[in-house]
Amino acid sequence: MTLDYSSSFHYLVALLPECVLFVGGMGVLLAGVSKTDEQRRPELGWLALAVLAAAAVANGWLYSVSESGATAMIAVDKFRLFANWVFIVGAALTIAISLAYVSRQRLQAAEYYALIAFATVGMMVVAASRDLMIVFLGMETVSIAVYALAAFNRRDPRSAEAGLKYFLLGAFASGFLLFGIALIYGAAGSTNLQAIAVAVQDGAAAGGLMIPGMALLVTGFAFKVSAVPFHMWTPDAYEGAPTPVTAYMASAVKAAAFVAFARILFVGLDGVYDQWFPILWWIAAATMVVGNLVAVVQSSIKRMLAYSSIAHGGYLLVALVAANDAAAAGLLFYLFVYTVTTVGAFAVVVTVGRQSERDTAIEKYAGYGWRRPVLGTLMTLFLLSLAGFPGTGGFMAKFYVLQGAAEAHLWWLLVVLVLTTLVSYWYYLRVAWFMWMKEAPEGAVHRVGGATPFAIYVVLLVCGGIVLATGLLPGAAIDLAQGSVEGLRHWVAGTAPAH
Amino acid sequence: MLTYALPLSAALFAIGTLGVVVRRNAIVMFLCIELQLNAVNLAFVALSRQVGIEGQLFVFFVMTVAAAEAAVGLAIIIAVFRHQRTVQVDRFNLLRW
Repeated sequence: MTLDYSSSFHYLVALLPECVLFVGGMGVLLAGVSKTDEQRRPELGWLALAVLAAAAVANGWLYSVSESGATAMIAVDKFRLFANWVFIVGAALTIAISLAYVSRQRLQAAEYYALIAFATVGMMVVAASRDLMIVFLGMETVSIAVYALAAFNRRDPRSAEAGLKYFLLGAFASGFLLFGIALIYGAAGSTNLQAIAVAVQDGAAAGGLMIPGMALLVTGFAFKVSAVPFHMWTPDAYEGAPTPVTAYMASAVKAAAFVAFARILFVGLDGVYDQWFPILWWIAAATMVVGNLVAVVQSSIKRMLAYSSIAHGGYLLVALVAANDAAAAGLLFYLFVYTVTTVGAFAVVVTVGRQSERDTAIEKYAGYGWRRPVLGTLMTLFLLSLAGFPGTGGFMAKFYVLQGAAEAHLWWLLVVLVLTTLVSYWYYLRVAWFMWMKEAPEGAVHRVGGATPFAIYVVLLVCGGIVLATGLLPGAAIDLAQGSVEGLRHWVAGTAPAH
Repeated sequence: MLTYALPLSAALFAIGTLGVVVRRNAIVMFLCIELQLNAVNLAFVALSRQVGIEGQLFVFFVMTVAAAEAAVGLAIIIAVFRHQRTVQVDRFNLLRW
């Protein structure tokens, strides 16, 4: 089937996964009203998972649909579809680790799962957008849903505070993003990324609006991907939010911002590469250095993982700076592996905290590995993958990003990436060291009892399996990623400035 | 027209930015963010006189999103107020700011 938007049915087809997920999310909300939800909380979660599965089917089906031309507001290309897999997997794993948490914390299940579904819809829209207007709408759909999710536990003052901080800084960032879009629109005469690329190439957008617009847009996105020096909100928001929501924020939400950022930089703003290159170069270097160094001194595992997510944002920014096909494929592969690894690590954090916000201090992990060998082993695997240990997916992800950076001759960034990765071993392995090498202190009441929920085991095994599979046999995944970025930058392939 | 509107919009945006950075009352910070968004709206409307109708269209989306954001944001501010009895963001520090 080829979409040429001659009939309005084509719009529906182009947005099929989004439509399925949105209607399904409404269904989850409706199912929640019908009865006081005391006993029904897990069922609503399973319903949300079923909706996500339907969206996944729709997403897979879209591979058989092609579009005519590449200027429609909604892209039906493989880049979008690959990104959708990341979001769907991230959302599904998040819901799976939330099932017991939501019951235990007595959260409003229907609203919780529906908000996750709506945020995922926003992410898909962001990944599909070929127009800055759609980028803005998608980003806001994600952000508004996640503000509410971060503040979701109304009984917990830290959750409300995290929500407030995330909200204020997120809305602030949206302001920058919007002002940047307005100026770019003024310079290029359109908000369509292809039209902007044409205007830049023809020199029509050479006016004094384009560069400030680009700088403001980059600032807005730097907030959204929590790049240094715009990262201040991240540790607080991640630490205070309910742990499954933190997992979602650190994985899928971050991935969505990166996907949108990549498409804007690679397609719309490729003509001003020489201008955004130095800005992003410094942001990437600062993000890697600050994220990793500050992570070393953290004593709370959620806060440590927050700084780790900032540091990983720095590695991903290197892929953006490189701006070639190898780096773009590396970016997608990295996002997938990072999403799975992060949710896996948070699944262990949720379990150690016994479906609450307890025991987030790293000292509480002392001796945990010997008491819960399966959880301990998998946590170690996730930490090694985050650190980029050979044999794990994290290593291959870094390898592909490095390959892209080497192709673009970004030697200094490459050195920074490798050195900061070495630093990151310290704080990741510190947790593993606590788990396996330290005895739990005398008299420490560390209840092991209470069966780990079935869904958490499934999540852990799926995540562990994917981390190992992408680490040992990355071929299939990287081929898919490489196929997904083909044609993304074709428009400017002949005119790309010599990097 | 544009030569007046764009500097005015930039000035409003700068005031909004300064407000968010300087003020510590959550409501005032949010007001300043709204000022930023309205500066953006002004820029869009002014530019659309020269560029085309898309800019005015964008303004409607910005207003809609700002309304949704206000609903969620004020709800969060109320939630914080219930716990802390204040909306001064430097008065509560369960989390380091």
